[in-house]
Amino acid sequence: MSEYIYEYDMPPGRYVWMGNTAMVEGALAAGCRFFAGYPITPQNEVPERMSQRLPQVGGRFIQMEDEIGSISAVVGAALGGLKAMTSTSGPGFSLMQETMSWAAAIEVPIVVGEVQRTGPGAGIVSLPHHSDIIQAHYGGNGEYQVIAFAPATSQELFDLTIEAFNAAETWRTPTIIFSDSWLGHIHEEVKVPPLDELKKRVIPRKKVAYDAEGKPLKRQQYLPFTMYDKKAGEYKISITPNITTEYFPEWLPAVTHTPQSIPNEFQESSEIMVTNINNKILANEEKIVKIDEYFTDDADVALVCYGLPYRTALRSVKMARADGMKAGLFRLITVWPFAKKAVRELSQKVKKILVPEINIGQIVIWVEAAVEDGTEVKPIPAISRLHEPKELYNEIKEALN
Amino acid sequence: MSLPPYTPERPRHPYEDMPYTGRKFGQAFHLFCRGCGYGAIGQLLCRVFKEERLDEKKHPFIVGVGCYSIIPLILPGRIWMTLHGRTLPVATGIKLANPDVTPICLAGDGDNLSIGTNHFVHACRRNIGIVLIMLHNNIYGMTGGQAAPTTPHGMNATTAPYGFLETEFDAVSLAISAGATYVARWTTAHPRQFMKSVKKAIKWKGFAFIDMVSQCPTYFGRKNDMAQPVDVFNWIKGNSIPINKAEGLSPEELQGKFIVGEFKESPREELSEKYIELIKRAREKKK
Ligand SMILES: Cc1ncc(C[n+]2csc(CCOP(=O)(O)OP(=O)(O)O)c2C)c(N)n1
Ligand code: SF4
Repeated sequence: MSEYIYEYDMPPGRYVWMGNTAMVEGALAAGCRFFAGYPITPQNEVPERMSQRLPQVGGRFIQMEDEIGSISAVVGAALGGLKAMTSTSGPGFSLMQETMSWAAAIEVPIVVGEVQRTGPGAGIVSLPHHSDIIQAHYGGNGEYQVIAFAPATSQELFDLTIEAFNAAETWRTPTIIFSDSWLGHIHEEVKVPPLDELKKRVIPRKKVAYDAEGKPLKRQQYLPFTMYDKKAGEYKISITPNITTEYFPEWLPAVTHTPQSIPNEFQESSEIMVTNINNKILANEEKIVKIDEYFTDDADVALVCYGLPYRTALRSVKMARADGMKAGLFRLITVWPFAKKAVRELSQKVKKILVPEINIGQIVIWVEAAVEDGTEVKPIPAISRLHEPKELYNEIKEALN
Repeated sequence: MSLPPYTPERPRHPYEDMPYTGRKFGQAFHLFCRGCGYGAIGQLLCRVFKEERLDEKKHPFIVGVGCYSIIPLILPGRIWMTLHGRTLPVATGIKLANPDVTPICLAGDGDNLSIGTNHFVHACRRNIGIVLIMLHNNIYGMTGGQAAPTTPHGMNATTAPYGFLETEFDAVSLAISAGATYVARWTTAHPRQFMKSVKKAIKWKGFAFIDMVSQCPTYFGRKNDMAQPVDVFNWIKGNSIPINKAEGLSPEELQGKFIVGEFKESPREELSEKYIELIKRAREKKK
């Protein structure tokens, strides 16, 4: 029913949007035309705005009976040919894990907005807490990879949501946008670029696959799942199968399968499938990972952070620099896959690494595993609150003494 | 992988229509136990597909997790196997994204009445254009014969060695009260009626539910003193009462019986079509 799908329609300009709104608009700009969700604070503005905006661009919105239903419907719509997303928070995110694992196994491009709240249990809905960073990666059964973005402003929620859809399309694995209850509700300026500029940034959903000579592939030549090309030494990721086109395998299983989509129970099959779905991401770490560095070239101590704490950290690093301290800031724009190589390089430059996180320390474990040369790593946890700039400033000062 | 040729003449018995078998891997085989009803149901679905000349792009089979997950070895068209209990929400996503597609869901009684009940009642309520065929074998076959929500009260299962204490679900009344618009029940002893019903369900605008009672000789039979596959089949056949005959009977007389027939046919607006109207309205309002 592509005749009902319309282009993104927000006039270019400057808007004051809360984070959740910016995420919705970013998704629509990226071509998202399906949303299924279930109410949970603090992400409620996402489905609310989706229900209003999606029909305006010819998309479909549905409020499902629970989060399991939501993410399953998103998987259905994604192989039904639409770019699709859901959003949720804490407990709802846990309910989605089984399906995330399955989506990774059958390589469906889906996007999940995770507006985090505090936990465990029902927690507190109105406080920020990066409580689900590890869960996003290790929450589901089996071994698989996700790609996760950690925006820190409303503008980034708009821009990185587009990036998240692009990453999902390219790598065919579940992609997550980490927001939190404060980021989701901050009202900030968002610039919407003109449509032609947006179009250049968006990777569309492809319906036809081509061979090396540019001829459309026949159904028999098309591989539904990723395969390792030994000659080229790289992972070949085909276009996403679509249930309404030629390219849908005769049998798309939920169980272990070959790249040709034949289910079986051989050890080799499992080894190939698990290796492929993980290594297509891990071997391409450098292409997927996005980071940002500030004043790290001559720094003795660096702060490593992601999401909202990056804003606090930037301020404290600037304060420290103004007082002549050699402090730097390393920001993970993508949290998963973890930027192992970049962090290792950072550790060769600096003597100490501080990791302010708004949890008891989830990424710090990964930083510790990545550093070399005996660089000291120190977690700076804050539970259900943001750090004070002065607090991080003092930590920098102490680290340099 | 070339397709085995169709036999031109009409088979004498619905169970004998074999040409589709082995289509997937070029070999005629299936993995069901001897006497299982699922093989027959697969063949009946093949015949419906062939007789109605269904377009495989318009009617994908969405299959849950249970013994019937290997029906795809026999089935024609496209098969998408989902997680245990999640056939309906996946089909909901497909249907909303593509209103001209009518997915055919195959779910077990455990699938649909236990882990996926929530999705089931809501799909009925939404009246979304999906065909759901529930394979009702009174037991969890795949996992080794545990009690299912359909295990009749007092009968045995591997997790009910002293007899099942609870009362079983009546999927048909559940579907009716949840708002499904086409509801029927047949058993493996009613192959022709089942085929007719499936043909009707595929053309139905809205949520069509067929409760298909089938025999599981390996677990349900063995646990309940029915030594031969045909004993379970005969138990189902003997306990089936057509809907018109059931009308005059008291609840006590109907205890443990399978009432078969078409229970409900009352059209109501279908969700994905209504959504297209909504898109038009939303765009009109924006102008
Ligand atoms: C989340 C989850 N829980 C449990 C299982 C294990 N499991 C697989 S099949 C099945 C029961 C199937 O029973 P039914 O749907 O009645 O189908 P049958 O095998 O009887 O045809 C269960 C519990 C699973 N696959 N996933
Ligand atoms: S266990 Fe029962 S339902 Fe499963 S294949 Fe065997 S007879 Fe059929």
